[in-house]
Formats: sequence, C-alpha cells, structure tokens
Amino acid sequence: MSEKEFKYTSLIINNKGFVALKHLISSFDLNRDEYISIFEYADKFSMVKSKLNYLQGKVISLAFFEPSTRTAQSFHTAGLKLGADVIGFTSEESTSIAKGENLADTIRMLNNYSDCIIMRHKYDGAALFASEISNVPIINAGDGKHEHPTQAIIDLYTVYKIFNEVDGITFGLLGDLKYARTVNSLLRALTRFRPKKVFLISPSQLKARREILDNLNYPVIETENPYDVIQEIDVLYVTRIQKERFVDEVEYEKVKESYIVDMKLVNMMKKDSIILHPLPRVNEIDRRVDKTPHAKYFFQASLAVPVRMALLYKFLYGG
Amino acid sequence: MMNSSKQNELIVSKIKDGTVIDHIPAGRALSVLRILGIKGDEGYRIALVMNVESKKIGRKDIVKIEGREIDEKEASLITLIAPSATINIIRNYEVIEKRKMEVPKLIKGLIKCPNPQCITNNDIEALSKFVTISVKPLKLKCAYCETYITEEDVIRQIL
Repeated sequence: MSEKEFKYTSLIINNKGFVALKHLISSFDLNRDEYISIFEYADKFSMVKSKLNYLQGKVISLAFFEPSTRTAQSFHTAGLKLGADVIGFTSEESTSIAKGENLADTIRMLNNYSDCIIMRHKYDGAALFASEISNVPIINAGDGKHEHPTQAIIDLYTVYKIFNEVDGITFGLLGDLKYARTVNSLLRALTRFRPKKVFLISPSQLKARREILDNLNYPVIETENPYDVIQEIDVLYVTRIQKERFVDEVEYEKVKESYIVDMKLVNMMKKDSIILHPLPRVNEIDRRVDKTPHAKYFFQASLAVPVRMALLYKFLYGG
Repeated sequence: MMNSSKQNELIVSKIKDGTVIDHIPAGRALSVLRILGIKGDEGYRIALVMNVESKKIGRKDIVKIEGREIDEKEASLITLIAPSATINIIRNYEVIEKRKMEVPKLIKGLIKCPNPQCITNNDIEALSKFVTISVKPLKLKCAYCETYITEEDVIRQIL
C-alpha cells in the first residue's frame, strides 16, 4: 500500500485540510463513523510489518503520571512504527512533579516539545483539564476512575474482529463497575453502536455509577449473579474486584467467589461467546479458562498497537 | 392580627439605593450573603429578615443591602440555593429593575467538587466547574470528574 493510497481514505477532514479530531478525553468524543474508521485503519496497520513514515518529524509525548506497562508501551511502539519520535516519562518520580510542579505547568512544558500528548493521571478529570491548557491534542490514557477511551476502542475492535460487527451483540460486564475506568469508557463507546443489551453484573457495593448510566441509550440490566444471565451473553467483559474497595472484609470474602470466571461459569457460556479483560488480571479469571476458545483477552491485548497506530494517525497525520 | 407585609414594614424600613432580595426560602438568607461575599465588615447597611410569613412560599427570608447593586452573575448564583427569590434593584426608593433569575448553565469556582480525587481538588490551577443538569430538582455535574451534586450539597457547602 502506498502512502498516497493510504491518505485520507476515511478521515474526517475539516475545510483547512486538518484532521478534525482535537482531543480524546472521553469515549463520547468519537462518533460511530470515527470508531469504524479507526477499526478500518487498525485492520490496515496490522497488515503492515515494516516501519511507516507518516509521522516522521512529529514528536509524541508520553506523560504517564501514573505507572503503566502495556498502555505506555503500546503507544510508544505505535508511535515508533509510524515514524514519530517518542519522548516523555512513565512515572512521576523521575519528573519535576516530584519537586511539586503542578499538572498545568507540566502540560505547558510538554506543549513546547511535542505534537501530541498521551496522558495518564491518577486524578479524575485530569485529562480534560490538561486539554483546556494544551494547544496540541491530548489523548487520555486513563484519568483516575473516570475514563480510558483508547482501551474501549481496543475492546470494541476485538468484538468487531471476532463478530464482524458490534451491533446486535449482548454484553455482560462483570466485576467492579464502580471504580473501573475501562467500564465507563466501554459503556459510553457502546452508545455509538446498537448492542442488543448490556448486563451489568456486580456486587451491590460496586454497581456502575449513576453519572455513567444516565447517558446510555441501549437496554441495561443490572444483576448481582452472573449465573442468572451467562447463557445470554456474547461478550463477557471481566474486571477485577479489589479487596480495598470493601469496608468490611467479611463482605469481600462472601462475594469474591461469585465473580471469579472459572470453568463452572465458562461451561455455561454460549458456544461462540468470548471473554475479554482489559488486563492486568490477578485471579479473577482461572488460568484453566485461558485454554478455552472463549478466552480472547490475549488476542485483545495484541490489538493495542494497531488500534493506537490508527488513533495517532488520525490525530497527527494530515495536520 | 397584622398582615405579613405590615409586619415586615415594622421590622425594616425602605432602602434608598441598593438591592432587595425577597422570597428567599426560610433560613437561607445567610447563605445568600455568603454567595455575595458579604461578611458584614464591608460597611454596607444590611437588613436581614428571617422566617417571616409569605403568601407565596409560606415562610421566607428577605435581604436588603444599601449601596450595593448585585449583578446578573451574582443573581444567577443565588438561584442555586434560592430558586424562588426575586431580586429588585432600588434607586432613590424606587424599583428600577427586576433581575432575571435563571440557574446558570455553568458555575465556575463557587462550589467545591465533593470527590476528593477530582483534579479540581488537587491542582492549584484547576478551578471547579459545574454544569447544570436539571433545575427542579437542582442537579449539577462536575465538568471534570462528572460527580453529581444536589441542592442540599450546595447549601451544605455554602453555609
């Protein structure tokens, strides 16, 4: 594929010829066409083995105020594969933040060096705040317990690759739905599609937040027992239940077994259904499940680089 | 028995120039002063009437401020805690303007986000910003972390 053929096939371009996407803070920032377009570019980029040079001369900053392995590494790799230079940091300790510099000043500084800032931060809303200061695109790679929209794109791209569509699929989101930012972003990204229904399966203490549920446009059913609904689910999305979220440890001990995906639960799943997980996992999926055809979480993780290449391409190429 | 307006007249005389905020829900007059940033040592002549009868809302508070005309922005913030309030601007003992009262669509800086993990509670430059979701009942959403707050939360903070 030549660079010329590749250019602008389905990009949203404004009248100045610049890419219209400004920042990616929430899954709501993309419309259906943009999601599909990212999927299509991700398909194309997964086929290209050699290094491309679309982003030659561009500098991408990784601003990871909170530690990350796979998100930071996959963005780094995606940037390099598109020919960009990648700078930045992946922990606060090595930066001036450790000396007391505030987020706004750090963003102003990175603005001088880079064409795009990929940011992870421990505080909710930090990415939006940064975008109000930054004059280069901010891509939110996780802000506190708020959102992680690029993970949601990977999640839906995995579904799209396996089922050839996202519409008409029944999802089951299992585990900690209150504090998991990937859940918020996935629920919001699904508003751009037409899922058949979404089961939200969690202990009562960890139900999805009202603020998130209020803005969904598809049938949502909340339940505490995965066994009641497992036979209906096409995509089981698992998140970890953290012990520290429970005030009472006895309560945690009572519920934890119900939210572990083991062979007993998997044996009740529909034949073609799949299990996804944003990773890292601890013990919420039994290792024996890895060998079943339902386990798609490692495949899901393998799609991170092409999806993030597609994103960087859309944000930085043509601009 | 005297009617309520006569009772009010007994307590407070008319002001020459300034603002009269009437029909404040009973007990919230102090919060209104708080919103206006009035602590009492600014030198304004102020009359505070609390818990008097009102035909419109049962019981009400009234605030009269001599020498200070409140602006649109302040008026809209008052609606957050006193949606029934009416604001009259007085010049030379006459009402020259009734301020339009609407809950603002965006409230910057006045209210603190209750979420301790919100960026607005953790960065010196990140000022709080709330978007109005609904007026009756009052529901606001933090523009950054999206936490909801209600009228009770707002009053609790301002008092």
